[in-house]
Amino acid sequence: MCGTCGCSTTPDSLERLPKEEATETVSVLSNLLSKNNHAAAHNREHLDRAGVLCINLMSSPGAGKTALLEATIDALAGRYRIGVIEGDLETENDAERIRAKGVPAVQISTGTACHLDAHMVHRALHDLTLGDLDILFIENVGNLVCPASFDLGHHLNVTLLSTTEGDDKPAKYPVMFRSTDLMLLTKGDLLAVLDDFQPERAEAALRNLANAAPCLTVSSRDADSLAPWLNWLDARVADLKQGAPLNPVMQPDGALMHAAE
Amino acid sequence: MHELAVCQGLIGEVERVAALNGASEVTSVTVLIGPLSGVEIDLLQNAFPIARAGSVASEAELVVETGDIRVQCTGCGAQGPAAPNKLICSACGDWRVRVVSGDELLLKSVELSRAPASAN
Ligand SMILES: Nc1nc2c(ncn2[C@@H]2O[C@H](COP(=O)(O)OP(=O)(O)OP(=O)(O)O)[C@@H](O)[C@H]2O)c(=O)[nH]1
Ligand SMILES: [Zn+2]
Ligand SMILES: [Zn+2]
Ligand SMILES: [Zn+2]
Ligand SMILES: [Zn+2]
Repeated sequence: MCGTCGCSTTPDSLERLPKEEATETVSVLSNLLSKNNHAAAHNREHLDRAGVLCINLMSSPGAGKTALLEATIDALAGRYRIGVIEGDLETENDAERIRAKGVPAVQISTGTACHLDAHMVHRALHDLTLGDLDILFIENVGNLVCPASFDLGHHLNVTLLSTTEGDDKPAKYPVMFRSTDLMLLTKGDLLAVLDDFQPERAEAALRNLANAAPCLTVSSRDADSLAPWLNWLDARVADLKQGAPLNPVMQPDGALMHAAE
Repeated sequence: MHELAVCQGLIGEVERVAALNGASEVTSVTVLIGPLSGVEIDLLQNAFPIARAGSVASEAELVVETGDIRVQCTGCGAQGPAAPNKLICSACGDWRVRVVSGDELLLKSVELSRAPASAN
């Protein structure tokens, strides 16, 4: 240690400093979210091992995610054991609405963050008994931008578009809708009074994103309208049971693959 | 605004590369951010000084490259450019295409300086 000021400079290191430093450029090509993606793969292993189908619900605020979960829990009572992870900025309201249905719900308070990430979901997974579940829903933070960038380790993305929002939303939020495995048009009961929302136009906008995902119209206020959605869930539970590899449509990093060519 | 989270992931990768290469300092970081990545480049540039503070890249500049969107038609096989909200084949108009590039979120390269080799 330097006796004068107490810093850790030694006569030896002083001698080394002035020598020229070599600058070089190192090629890397790694995903900026590789840590998140690693945690996501770990989460998916947890879920696969327990045989739990995990669905990530995304939408703008108030599109009807919690209402859809409530109606779905009612409709599937006795058939599947359901759990929910609730991502919310501050309040515990949505988790309480789910618990009122007698279903385990873990709340993730994101504070100021506008999305969930795989590390948050990992902690929540350890607060649930996965062996007691068949389907785990994650209600992501209401936001059509940020959640699309983070793999959580779930199996499938479901994006809700409410009929009150405009049928051109997929064109305005292409990153979100490009990565969806199912588009649900919610609040279908309002279609009768809304003359400017056309489900066909919403579906056409989804196709323009090169996405072949099915597009279903549902209403949480009309149990009968849920049938196609429940059938879709049934089919995905069966896929998982048969060991089909289920992965959300995420970003394949085209350039990374080119680099390897 | 998830660009800060993306920047923190970026700095994590940069620190890993720096440690692997025995770098004393990172002077420049080059990323490739495709138009379909969901990241706003302005917001990323604003978040970078916050994320880099206290890291080996605390003085580094951020260089952002943004590529073009290209799709390959699964019908006619043509490859061509596309817009973010119109990922269709420019030759035949089919929407059954595969995105070849445009969704990258990559750390491309790191410019670093090494302290001259020492015995300790
Ligand atoms: N008419 C009608 N209203 C609905 C339907 N589903 C939800 N709503 C109403 O829409 C509002 C928002 O519903 P939520 O289920 O809380 O929406 P959310 O997406 O969970 O909202 P956040 O968690 O805040 O993003 C509530 O007032 C619901 O009563 C529906 O199918 N039809
Ligand atoms: Zn909700
Ligand atoms: Zn774990
Ligand atoms: Zn955000
Ligand atoms: Zn074509």
